[in-house]
Parts: sequence; structure tokens; C-alpha cells
Amino acid sequence: MYEKQFQESLKAVEAAREANIAYEPARMTAQEKEDLLAAYHPDYKKSEFTTLKIGPNKGEQVPHELCEMLQAHSRISAADVDLSDIRYDVDVLIIGGGGAGASAAIEADNAGAKAMIVTKLRMGDANTMMAEGGIQAADKPNDSPAIHFVDAFGGGHYAAKRELLAKLVCDAPEAIQWLNNLGVEFDKAPDGEMITTHGGGTSRKRMHAAKDYSGAEIMRTLRDEVLNRGIPVVDFTSAIELILDENGNAAGAVLMNMETGELMVARAKTVIIATGGAGRMHYQGFPTSNHYGATADGLVLGYRAGAKLLYADTLQYHPTGAAFPQQIFGALVTEKVRSLGAKLINREGKVFMHPLETRDVAAASIIRECSDRQEGVDTGSGQAVWLDTPMIEAIGGEGTIEARIPAMMRMFAKYGIDIRKEPILVYPTLHYQNGGLDIDVSGMTTNVENLFVAGEAVGGIHGRNRLMGNSLLDIIVFGRNAGTNAAAKAREVSVGKLTLDHITKFDAEREAAGVETDAVSPKLLPDYRRK
Amino acid sequence: MENMVNIYLFGKQYRVPGDLTIMRAMEYAGYQLVRGCGCRNGFCGACATIYRIKGDRELKTCLACQTKVEDNMYIATLPFFPLVKEVYDIEKVKPTEQIMMQLYPEIYACVGCNACTKSCTQDLNVMQYIAYAQRGEFEKCAEESFDCVMCGVCSSRCPAGISHPQVAMLARRLNGKYLAPKTEHLENRVQEIKDGTFTELIEALMGKPVEELKELYNNREIEK
Repeated sequence: MYEKQFQESLKAVEAAREANIAYEPARMTAQEKEDLLAAYHPDYKKSEFTTLKIGPNKGEQVPHELCEMLQAHSRISAADVDLSDIRYDVDVLIIGGGGAGASAAIEADNAGAKAMIVTKLRMGDANTMMAEGGIQAADKPNDSPAIHFVDAFGGGHYAAKRELLAKLVCDAPEAIQWLNNLGVEFDKAPDGEMITTHGGGTSRKRMHAAKDYSGAEIMRTLRDEVLNRGIPVVDFTSAIELILDENGNAAGAVLMNMETGELMVARAKTVIIATGGAGRMHYQGFPTSNHYGATADGLVLGYRAGAKLLYADTLQYHPTGAAFPQQIFGALVTEKVRSLGAKLINREGKVFMHPLETRDVAAASIIRECSDRQEGVDTGSGQAVWLDTPMIEAIGGEGTIEARIPAMMRMFAKYGIDIRKEPILVYPTLHYQNGGLDIDVSGMTTNVENLFVAGEAVGGIHGRNRLMGNSLLDIIVFGRNAGTNAAAKAREVSVGKLTLDHITKFDAEREAAGVETDAVSPKLLPDYRRK
Repeated sequence: MENMVNIYLFGKQYRVPGDLTIMRAMEYAGYQLVRGCGCRNGFCGACATIYRIKGDRELKTCLACQTKVEDNMYIATLPFFPLVKEVYDIEKVKPTEQIMMQLYPEIYACVGCNACTKSCTQDLNVMQYIAYAQRGEFEKCAEESFDCVMCGVCSSRCPAGISHPQVAMLARRLNGKYLAPKTEHLENRVQEIKDGTFTELIEALMGKPVEELKELYNNREIEK
């Protein structure tokens, strides 16, 4: 139930609903999209970026908050750690217990390597768990990996590394099969056909889902499999610094118990960074749909050890974050809501865009509606637009919402909003880190030997914008890939003498560049205590 | 400040704004959370919480990130609960009743008290899905338990010591792998890719100048 302040606009939305369902808004032209992004997308707001003064990407622009972390001091100095006191000695050290880390661990285990996962919260505390909408794969007769490639390459503004994207789309059907064989449930018709929908910017219906718990279903199954295999998981333990060997190759990490502060050394033949995203950095003051630990740790660890970033200046703002009520501000409202037919509506009850434009375009369009056009709804804590969820029941029949997006129904019902009968208020929320560490097709960083990266910490797979359903896909495809290749590489590696010399080297570079900072990194967790 | 309420975190009183969730109220009070906080969106089950409103006999359970504080709320979080997780080889198990008897025999000691269902933070019919598991009806168990976030509250209330979320996890995997219908178009496509059916197409795209790819993208046909 909405309060009085919303009623007038709500009535306009209801009155126009029937006509709005029938109305098919035009998609924007390439030029319209370009102009819209330049004027309204947060990535284009120059005042929000700083030029890096040190490190492998010196001279490039990144968000202020990330710049501070990348150029910050280590949490330790070399003297704090006895590198000869080795607590964990493994073939493959996996940093991060989300979907990419779990997939990597399973494949490293399959390859016979001794793998270990270290994660700063619990296994499965990751953005994977929160991915609602689905996972893409071109597995239907009217579709092909080539069509998937074109959709993703165009959606990412032609910036993706083509060899990475080709791997993503070609390995996609097998990734689905792998998950299904592990027991992941998918929405299927009685004859076994996958029930698939569109996502923003897709030209074929290739979004596979498990209701709107797609990521949770994948994550809990992968976690169960990791545990079944007895792969060691060291939880509530963060990696706070990479360890290199005397040859400059990755050779482990300094670990910190998140509760006791104890420092430990993990030595490894190969290291996989699978630390996920950065929503909790709250770039440009945006709320986020991300989990509590999404603080760009992997980018910081890699950068200080010499690994290059790619597209670290591009973030994804999911067009539909919850804008009301305040208690769920910024929480994800899955794109699947629009896949199932709900349209975006302004204060006057008008459909102001095609609901399935790519995410960057949709976010920019909502920001325009709420700023220059002054067609937003005032929620008391900002502007928002309507997402007309009752359209789903009108189009798909009664019961569609409960069957296909039960999590959304539950999230709003807790605050007295029945999304089957009432629309919801949305505004963009910080959702995904498009950029990250630069890798080759084997999953290894392009300039630190034996350092692999998988999942959201990678940059370049999606270019400068990612399509819905390609990140659940990416964590599986590139998680498995990194696990297999890191295990193979480990067989030929003999680790040299361990060092933390890169810390002092980085300190010297900072000083020489005249950068003054008291900040330490990685951030590990946000601080939401009352100041 | 308007609408402040009294809450008791582990028995200690704090005054916090009444529109906060329990999780945000803990942070408002000064807690830097490490345990008991995960996705903050109701998907991960990290923030299971038990509470009682002063003067009320009933003990209630919830997720701290999904529940607003109330005046005189006594709050204890349950960031970890020792569930039993049995290991098994998914390739070797069979979707029959025997597997539950073998791995989770305690489900047959269910006394039917329904405390699990009453305590479920997701409002699931937990006792019903355990009944399905007892009978080897894994498809029904999977469906009934699907929205489980594995917070463990049900198990904390169970007199029979059942680890409901793990039982359901096993049932869903058995259903997903063995019982749900096979997908022919998926198997065909995986085979086609292995056979190199699309190799040439993809290689052609890899080599095309960006301008040509823009043409392809901007003029592609979009399925209705």
C-alpha cells in the first residue's frame, strides 16, 4: 500500500495500464543511445574520476574511491610477516568463495591439483548468490554462439576483448550442461525444453533461469559440491597482500583472520583472484545491489603486485534498483521483471522507453527522466520511476509473478506492497564492475606470471557494458577455465624464494610521484556505523 | 529525531530510529559487522535472528536485513548454526528413498511439531518438504524448498536434530540432475560446438572491422 503522496501518480499509471501494455515503444537508434549516455550515464561524469599517478595503469582515469584504494598503503609491511612460517602450502590458491572461485576449485580438483579456497566471509557470500535473473547461453535452434557474440559485443560498445568474448559464448551451452549435471535446477517445460526469456539487448530469448533465485541456486549447488569434494575452505579469512617469488611470479598470499587479526602465509604454485565486484565502494554515492564484501579487493591486490587493469573506469548501474521503501533502497529488482513484460513508466503514466534496452542505456534514460525531464516520482529520499509489475499478470496470466519471480514478490510483500497488484518504484543502483584485471584467454594476467583471475574481478570480457545473464555465465566459463589452467600450470612451476618486496617498491613509487595518503587497502568491508 | 525505538541487542539497550532494519540498527548502534552479514538482500541466510517483543510469550525468527526493528525488541543474532552436512558423490547417488535413510536418517524421527515451518524466515512449509524427503518424493521436496536461503533457523528449533536445509539441498540436486526432464536442444548444441559447427562463423566475426560489426549489431533482427 502506497501512502497518499503517491496516489495521484499511481492513478495515472493504473489508468494507462491497458494502453501501455498494448503499446510497443520504439528502440533507440545508435546515435540516440550515444547522446543519452554521454549526457546522463555516471561513467561519463568527468568530475567523478581521478588520474592514477602510480602503478601499471599510470595516467589512466578511475573513480576517485578506487584510485584511493589502488594508490593506498598495504595493510602490512614486509617485517610484519615471517615468510618462512608457511601455514598453508597448496598447488592452487583461490582467493574468493563465490561462483568463480567455487567453479575454479572444482575444476582444479578435477585436474588433480591440491586447491584451497580462502574467503573473507562465508563460502557463498558473493554477488553470485544475489544474481536473480538468469544465465545466457545460445542453445536453441534459432540461436547461435555467433548471434550471442554480436549481441554482447555491440552491447559492450565494441570494446570487449574478442578472444575472451568468443570463449564466453562458445563455452556457454557446455557451462549450462555442467551446472545441470551437478544438479542445478533450471526452469524447464515438461518436455525438457529450457524456458528462456529476453534480457536487455539480447536478440534471442536465451536467458535460462531458476525462478528469480538463479544465482542462489547455482551458488548453493557449487558450494555443496566443493564441500562434497573436501576441498579446504578457509572462511572469515581475507587475502590482504599477494606474495611473489624472487622471479616476480605470483606465489601465494598473506592471509588475515577477519575476527582475530592473525596473519598467516599461504604458499601456492598458482594463485586465482576470484574476489568479485566493488558495489560497496559506493562510487558517486550510489546505493548498491552488491553483497557486503564487494570492495574491489582483487583489483588492489593485483595492481600492487604489478598486474594491469582494463576498463577500470566503467561500472554498471543496474537500471532498476529498489527506490522505495527506504529499507530496501538500492536492492536489485531483477531485469527479469521487464523480460516478463513490465514496462518503465514516468510520473504521468507514460511509457518513456523500450523496457529492454541495454542496462547502461536504460539507467541513463531513467536518470534523464528523473532529472532534466522532471518526470520522476518523489519518494521522500529521491526521485524514481514506476516499474509496472501488474502488467506481468495481465500478460502472462494470474500466478505468473509467484511462479517466476517469487523473491521479488517476497521482498516487497515484507513492506506491504503486493507487486501483483501495485507497481514498484525504481532508480539505478551500482551493480557491476565492468572493468578489472587484464587476462589472456587462459585466464592468466597479462603481466604477472602464475596469477590468474576469474569472475567479476576480470576486465575485458564484456567491454564497457555487460548484458544481463552474461556474468553468471562468465563466472562459470572463466572460473572453470582458470581452475583447469591454473592446475595445469602448477604442475610445471617450482616456486622460488618468497618475497614481499613489491610493497616497498610500490611505496617508493608513491613517494616519488608525490602522492600523499593515509589510506590502507584492500578495504575488505564497508563501514556503516553511525559517524 | 522522530520515531526512535528501544531495542536490546544481546540484552543491551540501544535507542535507534524506528524505520531501520535490524541489521542497519546494529550498525547505527555502532557494530562493525563481520559475522551475521552477507548479501543484505535476503538471499544468503547469513543474518538469521531470533527476537522477542518485551511482554510477548512468542519467540520470533527473521532475517536481520529484511526486518524492521520494533519498540522493545530483544534481539539475538544466530550467525552460525551447526547443521549436519553429509558428503556424497553426486555421480554415484541414486534418487531413491534409500539415500535419505543412509545420509539423513534423523528425518524419520520428525515428531511433527511443525516448529520448523513456524520459524522459517522465508515462510516455507518446511515440515511438508521434510515429509516429501522421507517418502523419496524429491521433485516435490525440491519445489517446496526452492526459496530456502539455508539460514538454519528451522534446525535451531527442531527437537529431532534435523538439518532441514541440507536435506533440501540434496533433494534439489537429485531432482536437478536425475529427475527433471533432459534438455535435448542443449545436448545437441553442445555436440554441434564440439563438432566445430560454429567455428568458421566465430572466426569470421573475430576478424571483422568494428564498422562491419556495428552494421551487424544495429541491423540485427530481434526475436519477438
